[in-house]
Amino acid sequence: MYQGISNYSEGVDTAFMVILGISFAFLIGLTVTMIYFVIRYNKKRHPKATQIKGSTALEIVWTVVPTILVLVMFYFGWSGWRPMHDIPEDAMKVKSIARMWKFSFEYENGKTSEKLYIPKGEPVVLDLISRDVIHSLYIPAFRVKEDMVPGRTKQMWFQANKTGSFDLFCAEYCGLRHSYMTTTVEVLPQEEFKSWIADTTGVATAEGEEAKPGTAGKQIIERLGCVSCHSLDGTKLVGPTFKNLWGKTEMVTTDGDERQITVDKEYIKRSIYQPNVDIVEGYREGQMVSYKEELSDADIDAIVEFLKTIDEEE
Amino acid sequence: MTANSHTHHEPSYLEVKPRKGIWNWLLSTDHKRIGLLYLYSILIFFAVGALLGLSMKLELIAPGETIMGAQTYNGFFTLHGIIMIFLIVIPGLPAVFGNFFLPLMIGADDVAFPKLNLLSWYIYILGALIAISSQFMGSGPPDTGWTFYAPYSFQTNTNMLPAVTGAFVLGFSSILTGLNFIVTMHRMRAPGMNWMKMPLFPWTLYGTAWIQILATPIVGITLLMIVAERLFQIGFFDPALGGDPILYQHLFWIYSHPAVYIMILPAMGAISEVIPVFARKTIFGYKALIISTMAIAFVGYFVWGHHMFTSGMSGEALVSFSLLTFLVAIPSAIKVFNWISTIYKGAIHLEPPFYWALSFIFVFMIGGLSGLVLGSLATNVHVHDTNFVVAHFHYIVFGGTGFAFMAALHYWFPKIWGRMYDKAWANIGWLTFFIGFNALYFPMFYLGIIGMPRRYYDYLPEYHGPNILSSLGAIVMIAGLLIIITNLVRSTKSGEKAEADPWNGKTLEWKTTSPPPLENFDKQPVVDKGPYEY
Ligand code: HEC
Ligand SMILES: [Cu+2]
Repeated sequence: MYQGISNYSEGVDTAFMVILGISFAFLIGLTVTMIYFVIRYNKKRHPKATQIKGSTALEIVWTVVPTILVLVMFYFGWSGWRPMHDIPEDAMKVKSIARMWKFSFEYENGKTSEKLYIPKGEPVVLDLISRDVIHSLYIPAFRVKEDMVPGRTKQMWFQANKTGSFDLFCAEYCGLRHSYMTTTVEVLPQEEFKSWIADTTGVATAEGEEAKPGTAGKQIIERLGCVSCHSLDGTKLVGPTFKNLWGKTEMVTTDGDERQITVDKEYIKRSIYQPNVDIVEGYREGQMVSYKEELSDADIDAIVEFLKTIDEEE
Repeated sequence: MTANSHTHHEPSYLEVKPRKGIWNWLLSTDHKRIGLLYLYSILIFFAVGALLGLSMKLELIAPGETIMGAQTYNGFFTLHGIIMIFLIVIPGLPAVFGNFFLPLMIGADDVAFPKLNLLSWYIYILGALIAISSQFMGSGPPDTGWTFYAPYSFQTNTNMLPAVTGAFVLGFSSILTGLNFIVTMHRMRAPGMNWMKMPLFPWTLYGTAWIQILATPIVGITLLMIVAERLFQIGFFDPALGGDPILYQHLFWIYSHPAVYIMILPAMGAISEVIPVFARKTIFGYKALIISTMAIAFVGYFVWGHHMFTSGMSGEALVSFSLLTFLVAIPSAIKVFNWISTIYKGAIHLEPPFYWALSFIFVFMIGGLSGLVLGSLATNVHVHDTNFVVAHFHYIVFGGTGFAFMAALHYWFPKIWGRMYDKAWANIGWLTFFIGFNALYFPMFYLGIIGMPRRYYDYLPEYHGPNILSSLGAIVMIAGLLIIITNLVRSTKSGEKAEADPWNGKTLEWKTTSPPPLENFDKQPVVDKGPYEY
C-alpha cells in the first residue's frame, strides 16, 4: 500500500497490522479448531458424546486473554490517532470549502484552487467548512478523514512526506453526485509549491483584466461549482442548463402555484439568493442552496453578463 | 413426558380453523400463527430488499452507469436499508421464532397477552406501510440513506418524516412484543423450570426485550424533535435554524446501535440451541453464555459513539467510546469459545441446521473481528464511511442474524410444519449461499482498506476488480437463496412427515407433537433438569 506517504501512515498502518494480525490469528485458529472437532468427533468416530458442563478455569482464561488483547489493540489505535488530534499552531492554513458536489481550497494569500496543492514535508492545517450538508474530506493515501459539518468550523491537519498526486474523496453521503465529489491532493516539492502559490494570475476575481465580456461571471460559476448542477452546453444535470437561459420564458412553481416567468435579472437574483422560491418545472426543490453569503450584487451582475454571452453564441 | 408418548391425535394448530379462510390467520391470537404471520411478512419484505441489493450490485459491476442512474441508485440503497433494518432484522428472530417457540420452550400454552401479541403484528404492518409510503409521498422517494442524516435529509425535502414515524411505530411494535415476552418468561415457565433451567434462546429474548423497551423511546424523542423543528422552526438539528446536525447523529445512534444487539442477541440464542443438539452434548458454559448475553445487552448501550469518530467529538469522548467498543467484543468472544467447546468430544451429526450454525460462527467471527478495526481510533478514521463498514455490518447483520435465521428455520422447520425438507437440497442451497455470501462481502473489506467510500454510485477504475468479484458473489448468493426457499416451500406441502423430535432435541418444544396442538402440550410439562442434558 501507500507506505509512509503522510505523517500518520506509520501509526495507522501499525494499528492495522496489529489488529488484523491478531484477528487473522484468531479467525484461522478457531476455524481450524472447529473444523477439526467436527471431523474428529463425527458420530462415526465418536458415537457417544462426553458430557462436559463447562470449566471455570477456561472461562477465566478466555475472558482474561481477550481482554488483554483488546487493550493492546486499543492502545495501538489510540497512539496512531493521537497526533491527528493535536493540531499544530503555526502550520500553513488552507480553507477547504465543501458544497454539493465540489471541493474548493483557498490559501492564505487569497489564491483558490480546485485541487489541494500542498508542499512536501510541511504541516498543513485545513479549516473545514461546509456550505450546505455534511461532507467528509478523505485522503486514503494519507489515512485521514474528517467530516465537514455545516454550522461548525473544524480543523484537520497532516503532513505529506512524499510528492505526488493522491485521490481526495467526499466520504459522507451528500446526495446525487456524491460519488463524483472527488479531486486530488497535489504534493509539490517545497520550491515548486512556493512558486505555485506566488503565482496569483487567474485568481478568482479577475478584476480589471476582463478579456471578453462574461469572463468574470464564468470564473465565479466555475469556482463555486454551479457547473456541477448547471451545464453550459444544454445537457440536463441536476439543475437546468444555463445555455440559452437568459431571456427565456418558462414555467415555475411558486408556493404551489404554477406561473410563467421570463428570465431577467430579478429572477436570476432570486434564483440564486432564494433558490427554493421558484421551482423550475421538471426539477426538484431543495437541491440548490442559497448563495447569499458568497455572492454580492456585483457578482450577480457578472453572472448575468456571462449568461448573456452563452445566449448569443447560438 | 417422553417424545413419542402421544397415542391419540390432538388436531395440530394448523388444523384448528374456527374461522373462514384467511381470517384464521388475521384474527388468530395463537402465538404460533402470529409467528408465521411475521415470517411471511418478513419474507415478502426480504424479497424486495434483496432485489434492491442485487440491482445495486449489478450497477457496481462496472464503473459508470450500468443499469440505473445515480438518483435511482441512491433511492435504492435508502429503501434497501430501511426495509432490511427496520422491517426485517430488528423484528427478525424474536418476532418469528420468539413468538413461535418461546412459549413452547418454557412449557407455556401461549404468551402472557395473546391479544396484545396480535395487535403488535398489526402495528408492525402499520409501521411498515408508513415507512413504505415515504416512497410515494412528497417530491420523490427518499435518497438520504437509511440513516437520514441531517441536514441533507431536511434539504432534499424527501420524506424523512414518514420514514422516521415508520421506524417509531415499528419500534413500538417490538416494545409490545418485548413486554409480552418479559411477562411470559416471568410468569409462565413450566413447573420446575427456574431461571437457571431456562434454555438460552429465551434468555437472549429476555435481554433483547429489555433493550427494545429502553432504547426505542429515543426514536420517539427524535421524532418529536424533528416535528417541532419542522413545524415550529425550533432549531435542533438544522444549522439553518441554529441547530446542530451532530445532535441528530447522537440520537440516531443511541437507538440504532443497541438495535444492532437487538438483531444479534437472539441470533446467538438460536445458535446456542442448535449446537448442543447436533453435538448430542450439553452446552458448554451455560452460565457464561447467559452472563455474556446480559453483558452485551448492557455495554451495547454505551458504544454508539463509534459511528461518529470523524464527526468532531471531543478527544475524551472518542477515547471512551473506543475503549468501550473494545470491551463489548469480549462477551462475544466468550460465546464463540463456548460454542466451539460444545462441539469438543460431541457426537457430531452433520445436518443442515448444524452447517448453518457452524458457518454462522465463521461469518460472525469475521464480522466481529472486523469490528475491532472499526473500534480502534486510528484505523477507524481510515475505513469509516468506506466499503469496509458495509462489509462489516453485512457480516454481522446478514451473516450473523441471517445465518442464524436460516439455522433456526432449518432446525425448527419440522416442528412448525410437521414435515421434513429435502436435506440434500438444503445442503446444496447452504453451500451456494455461503460461497456467494463471502464472495460478495469479503472483497468489500479490501475495497474499504484501499479507500473506496461507501454509497458511491460510481468509482475510479482502480476499484474495479474487487467490485466485479463482489457483484458475481451477489448473483451466486441469490441463486443459493432461491434453492433454499424453493426447497423449504415445497417441503411444507410435500415433505416427509416429521416425528415429534426428529433431531433428538432436549428442550420442551420437542416434547410435543409436530406440528404442536393449539394448546401446545396435552399435559403440562414438568422440568427437573437443565435444558440440554444428554
Ligand atoms: C446542487 C446543485 C446546484 C448547484 C451547485 C447550483 N444549483 Fe442552481 N439550481 C439547481 C436546481 C435543481 C435548480 C432548479 C430548481 C429550482 O428552481 O430551484 C436550480 C435553479 C437555478 C436557476 C434558475 C434556472 C432556471 O432555469 O430558471 C439559476 C439562475 C441558478 N440555479 C443559478 C445557480 C448558480 C449561479 C449557482 C452557483 C453559484 C447554482 N445555481 C448552483 C441546482 C443547483
Ligand atoms: Cu459530499
